[in-house]
Order: sequence, then C-alpha cells, then structure tokens
Amino acid sequence: MYDAVIIGAGVVGCAIARELSRFQVNACVIEKEEDVCCGTSKANSAIVHAGFDAENGTLKAKLNVEGNKMMEVLARQLDFPFRRNGSLVICTDEDGIKGLETLKARGEKNGVPGLEIKGREELLEMEPNLSDQVVAALYAPTGGIVCPFNLTIALAENAAVNGIEFRLNTEVTGVFPEAGGYKVTTSNGDIQTRAVINAAGVYADRFHNMVSSRKLHITARKGEYCLLDKTVGNYVSHTIFQLPGPMGKGVLVTPTIHGNLLVGPTAVDTPDKEATNTTREGLDTLIAKAGQSVKNLPIRQVITSFAGLRAHEDGDEFIIGEAEGAPGFFDAAGIESPGLTSAPAIGVMAAKMVAEFLGLSDNPQFCETRKGIPHLDDMDFEQRAALIRENPAYGNIICRCEMISEGEIMDAIHRPLGARSLDGVKRRTRAGMGRCQAGFCSPRTMEILEREVPLSMMEITKCGGDSKIVLGRNKELDHPGCSQQPDQQACSKQ
Amino acid sequence: MREYDIVIVGGGPAGLAAAISAKENGVSDVLILERDKELGGILNQCIHNGFGLHTFKEELTGPEYAARFIKKAIELNVEYKLNTMVADISKDRVITAISREDGLIQIKAGAIVLAMGCRERPRGALNIPGYRPAGIFSAGTAQRLVNMEGYMPGREVVILGSGDIGLIMARRMTLEGAKVKVVAELMPYSGGLKRNIVQCLDDFGIPLKLSHTVIDIDGKERVKGVTLAQVGPDGKPVPGTQEYISCDTLLLSVGLLPENELSRGAGVALSPVTNGPVVNESLETSLDGIFACGNVLHVHDLVDYVSEEAHMAGKNAARYVLDKKSGNTSDSRGPVITLKGENGVRYTVPSMIFTDRMEETLTVRFRVSNVFKDAAICTYFGDTCVSRRKKRVLAPGEMENIILKKKDIKAAEGLSCITIRIEQQ
Repeated sequence: MYDAVIIGAGVVGCAIARELSRFQVNACVIEKEEDVCCGTSKANSAIVHAGFDAENGTLKAKLNVEGNKMMEVLARQLDFPFRRNGSLVICTDEDGIKGLETLKARGEKNGVPGLEIKGREELLEMEPNLSDQVVAALYAPTGGIVCPFNLTIALAENAAVNGIEFRLNTEVTGVFPEAGGYKVTTSNGDIQTRAVINAAGVYADRFHNMVSSRKLHITARKGEYCLLDKTVGNYVSHTIFQLPGPMGKGVLVTPTIHGNLLVGPTAVDTPDKEATNTTREGLDTLIAKAGQSVKNLPIRQVITSFAGLRAHEDGDEFIIGEAEGAPGFFDAAGIESPGLTSAPAIGVMAAKMVAEFLGLSDNPQFCETRKGIPHLDDMDFEQRAALIRENPAYGNIICRCEMISEGEIMDAIHRPLGARSLDGVKRRTRAGMGRCQAGFCSPRTMEILEREVPLSMMEITKCGGDSKIVLGRNKELDHPGCSQQPDQQACSKQ
Repeated sequence: MREYDIVIVGGGPAGLAAAISAKENGVSDVLILERDKELGGILNQCIHNGFGLHTFKEELTGPEYAARFIKKAIELNVEYKLNTMVADISKDRVITAISREDGLIQIKAGAIVLAMGCRERPRGALNIPGYRPAGIFSAGTAQRLVNMEGYMPGREVVILGSGDIGLIMARRMTLEGAKVKVVAELMPYSGGLKRNIVQCLDDFGIPLKLSHTVIDIDGKERVKGVTLAQVGPDGKPVPGTQEYISCDTLLLSVGLLPENELSRGAGVALSPVTNGPVVNESLETSLDGIFACGNVLHVHDLVDYVSEEAHMAGKNAARYVLDKKSGNTSDSRGPVITLKGENGVRYTVPSMIFTDRMEETLTVRFRVSNVFKDAAICTYFGDTCVSRRKKRVLAPGEMENIILKKKDIKAAEGLSCITIRIEQQ
C-alpha cells in the first residue's frame, strides 16, 4: 500500500514527487513511457515566463510568478541550466501599444517586477534583428530560458534519491476508489494507494473523470517548432513574443539555454492526443509568423522541427486540488503554458495538499541538492584538463556537434533513473542534439549503451517501445551462434 | 605547448594526401589529428569499389584506397594522433584538442591544413513534416552500421535523395536482403554519378523517381511508411500526386555540408555557395598559414580529386613554412586575379590567384548548376573567350575543371578577372 501514487513523470509529476519527498512518504511515480520527460515537458518553448499573461487572481498568474521566483534557487540546488535573458512582447502597430499597457498593468498586479514599455529605437539597440514593423515592446527582465529536460530530470533524480519510486514503462489503465484509498490498475499489475496525484498531462481528464462527478475536458493543443543551428543562436538575445491572442502567446523567437535559436509554436487543437507530428502547414505558418517579429529569419539554418501537445483545459485555468467527490484524488491538470515555469510552485502546492491529507511528517533525511553531469562547456581550460586527467572518458568526444564525451554519456546511463535509450542519452547530455542530428554519434552512443547498461544492439531503442534502431544482423552474421563482433573469426559461416 | 611545423586537422583522404605531400616537400614535422579511431576517414566504410581509377589506374575499394595513403604516410614518419577531437583553432594557429590519452592539449602550428571533410544533411535540415520515429537514417550512418558494425538498419527501405551515398546504399541494402522500394529525388536530375545510377539502381531494378519528395513520415515509434509526392517546377508538391509507401526505414542522401565549424571559429572567410573556405591559388584561406582541401573546402565527387587537391595544399603549406624558416618573407604575391563562375557555373575553387605564386599550371574545379547537353565550358580572360571545351553532358553531380597556364596569364597584360561560363553550342 502506497501513501501516494503520482500518475505521470513530466515536469509537473516530477516536481510534485520532489516536493513530496520532503515528507516521510511511501510514494511512486507511474509513467507509461520508458523515461521521465517524454511528453509535453520535452517539447515546449523552454521559457521561464515572467508572469504578465495570466489574468489577475488566477492560479496560472500566481504559480507563474512564484515558479519564476523559485527558479534561480532551484537551478542552483539541482544543478540545471537556467538564465534570465529577459523577454519582449512586441507589437507591430500603434493600437498594439494599448495591448502592451494592458499586459503591463496585469503583470504588475500579478507581482511581476521591472516591467517597462520600450520604443522602437531603444528596442533596436537591444535587438538589432527585430522586424521593421515593430513599434514598441513590453520588456520583462525576469523572463528566462531553461533546459526543460534537465529541469525535469533533475527533479526526478532528486525525488528518486529521496526515496520516491519510479515505475517506468507502466501505463495506468484505471483508477478505482476503494476502502482506504484507490486501486490503480496498470499494464504491470495493480497498485493500492491512499492518495492519487493526477499529473497525466493531456490524459489528466481521463483519470479525473474515472473518479470525479464533476467532469474535466482537456484538449491537446499542438504546438510546432523549428530549432535552428547554434551559428544563429545569437540572432536574438531576448525571448521575443508577439501580443497574445485567444489561442495563446503567438509565435516566439528565442535563444535556447544551450545556444540554439528556437521558433514556435503554432496552436492547433487536435483530437489525437499522441499526434506529435509536424505538418507542412504548421511549419510554414510558424516561419511566416516569426517574420513579424524578426527580419530575415535565418530559417535555412534549421536543424530539426518538432511538435508538443499542450494540455488545454476548457476553463483555461490550472486545476490543482482534490477532485470533487473523490477524497484523496488530487489533480494537477490543465497545465499548459506557463506550466514549465509554474511546475516548481505547483509541486509545492500539490505536495502540501497531499501531505495534509495524509498527515505526513517531515523527512529528516531529505537532501535538497543534486549534482548534475559535469558541464564541460562551462569549465575553463584548466578545470577541463583536470577533469580529463581524473577520468579520461571525459576526453573521448562522441558527439562532435555538441562536443559531448563518453564520460558524460556514461554518467547519463549510471545516474539514478539513468538513460536507457538514444533519446534518454540525448536529453541528459545533448549528444545527438546538434547540427548533424546524431548522424555521426548514434552508432557510437549505441556501443556505449550496449556496454554500460548492458543491452544488445538489437534491443537498443530511440525512445523505448518498438523504436528499435537496428532490425537485424548482416546476412553473413545472421545465424545462430554468431558472436557480437562482425570482425571476429568466429563469425564466418561454416 | 608542443609545436609542429604543420598540423593537419583530419586524417581522411585529404589529410593523408596533404601530410604526405608536406613531407615530400621538405617539412619534417607534420602531425595529423584524427577524431576517429583509425586513419582513412569515411573511406573506411566505403567498401564498394570504384576508387582510385585516376590515381592508381585501378579499381580499389575505399579501405584499399585509404590503406595505400596510410602506408605511405607511415613510411614517411608522419605523426598522428587518433581519437583526438580538435575543439578550437585560433587565428594565430594554436589548436586546442581533446583526447582520452592526452587529455586537453594545445599545439602551436607553423601552418594548418583544414581537412575535416563534410557531414550529411539531416532530416531536420529539410524540414520534412511528420513524426520523428526510429528508422530515419542519413545514408552514411546506415552505411556505417551495415559495413562496419554489421547491423541492418531496416528491411523495407525508401531512399530520399539520389546522392552517391544513397545510390550506393540502395545496392548495399539490397545485397543484404532488404527491399529498397524506391529512390525519390527532388530535382529533375540525380545528384549522383551516372555510373552509380546504372550500377546501383538500374541493375537491381530499383525505381528512381525524379521530381519527387517525401512530404510526410508516418510511425510513432518506428517508421511505418512515408508519403511521396511529385513536385512541380516551383519545388512544391503537386496536389493529387501523393502516394503512401509502407516501409520501416527512410534513408536520406540529400546533400553533404562541409564541416567548417572550426574554420568559422578561427575566423576563416567562408563561401556561401560551397560552405567551404574562400581560397586562393595556394588553397590558402583568408587567414595567413591556414590552408584547406578536400570536402571541407567543397564537396567532391571522386576521392581521386580530393587526393590531388590535398597534395597541392600540403605542398603549399610546406612552402609557406619553409619560406618562413628561411627568412624569405618578401611575400611577393604579384597582381591578384579574381576567378568566378557565371551562367551555370556555381562556384570556382580557388576564387582568386596571386599570379607570382601560381605554379606553371593551376587546376580550377567547379560544379554546374543544372544539367546541360551539348554545351561548352568557356573560359574568359576579361571579355575575351580564351578556351571553349565541348561537353556532351554536364551535370551537377559531377565536378568539372579547367586548367590555367601561368604563361597565358602572364601574357594577358592587365588581366584582373577570369570567368568560367557554360555556353550552349
């Protein structure tokens, strides 16, 4: 019998897990994918919003501003990259200035510090590549950029180290109230628990509606993005938003924390909650829209495109708290933008509710810090040389584009909740995330996974399930008794 | 800091030929830095034959071709470091490199030869919409998996792009028992060598669909299929021509990009057409003492031409170093002549000539921008056509060249610009 079961190992589930681990609790996180951070958390704008978008008095506004404020300390404690690069909401006509003023007033009421409306001339000094149509912009110095993978993984690792169990590759199929709590049925057996926390992203309505009389409805709202090469990563230095419309915050252009340029997202509702495919129309739309923000967008430098699904709740608000008619069933639902920013604050809020419900006491062993994989990028020559002397695997470069070493990949595999797939390695280290998109490094990363996990080459996947990379051996090697290495004599067919 | 007369970045065919040539031209202190675990570069995975017809007058496989250069380099005592990644090159020729064995090191070079080669354009660079499942490989990655690791990336294959590696892999996958359903090419002509189309597709009955592209990729975990469509003259899909083809693998052979991140970091001027350094007659880049050759300079069709070009780069780097050593700093370059391509000639390598430094002959290499039939390669000194070489077919997949003679250039007084054009007969 668990005290608590968290459904979903996205940034919200992991933030709640980490906060819950401050208490003495017997809890687990259930995730249908093979790794944490596999849904919306891995495919979003990677922005830490300042907090002027959401209406005054909403949870979205409150948790955004709180989450934003928490991010610095959290980044230090959990060792993930975060930077306040500041954001600009641009408008392209005089009428838009009224919109900026509304946003500014709203932001100030929400508690966002330092908001300022800037005219074109000042803006061009800040961002010389702004489009010719830009008239003015709302500047928010507290806007930031973060690595969403590292944020989520850091929360998960810290939760795991503090005693929260993670059950990956396990899909929740049902939640049933029973005496003293709930029975959670999964693809890997049934689980009894006193409390359930629903952090299931686009599927949160499914689980909520199994137990609550007051129904939720969540729509998957697709956002497509293009990621551009690091050579144009400094095309803008702030996050450039457009004046928001009814479907979201428009298309943004932003540097990423790792120095690429990110353009997106679109906003299109889709009935298929797995439809993370990009579309021609979507990509064309976002490229065209980005042109309103910056001139001569260097779109030829695109290295990949992707799509994520936002969990949009009909009421346009985060749903956090005990579900009606379902004591001990807590929702963290409808977490769309600014969900990534708010996640740390959602974690605190939800964990507090659960702890009160369960009557949990503090965990005296709680460790609030986590050390990540060494950031070789941030080291100077001497530090880096010393690290390689200590462990020569940090000197063996596997991913040429991002300069990621064997040592970092081995770290990614051997950490708590370590990587088991190419994408798992990629999200933890950036190996394969660069301009060649894993063309050179994937066979070599596979060798390391084969040796270190260990896994056979034929078992290695891109992202779990049926996403196998190779489907068999060459003819001459494809017979029983053949050894692993093609160049060994034992392989010659008798 | 260790010092070397010449450091060559990359131990593939270009780096090897440059090193050999530098040694043969009197420089004793030559170091190759190679990021892979062996010398030879991409040739090691090119186990098909067809290499060396020009250089050795015989047909070799890639590894055999590489082996001849490796043997010679070793005989000449060229130093090399394997598994060594160059992280940075500075303007004043300090190289920062990283390896398991040596850790993080810095090397001061008298001259540098850039020979990093090229990489394949990935799916993302084409912005093909659809899902992002396993089973999408660049043709070269698939080639490495099959030829060096012994693994089959898939069983039912669609290939996008008719570059040479794609064509070679169509045959290779077929020989390994896979079904290659179609090769689709966006352009109305193939980007590969004619002989590869015949030997790799026609001989195996693999259809080549010109003016076709992949417009969608299906499959959430592993590729399930792709949608092909015909493209019009505007490069856009023609409505109603979509065709779904089930497959478990999509190979991409959609272009090669010279790998110039290090060059850019050093401040070497790059050509927007070739994506390689802008070089003069000595294959010297915009930075003093930094030379470039092979696919990092411009993507070649045949390795023989890479070797030939790299030989020149190595020789010129040697001359540069020896001149400095002997105190010969007169730096007499003579008048400069600009070289340019026009009317179907996409670029020229080199793009300028310092006449005093030019050897008796200079090979100028280029590619054409379209397929031309019964045309002529015309060389103009200023406005005067000085040579017309007839060609039955010119195609973008094949590199062309002209040879300039120093005596002709010296004779043409006041010459400031040489233009190469394609003209119909």
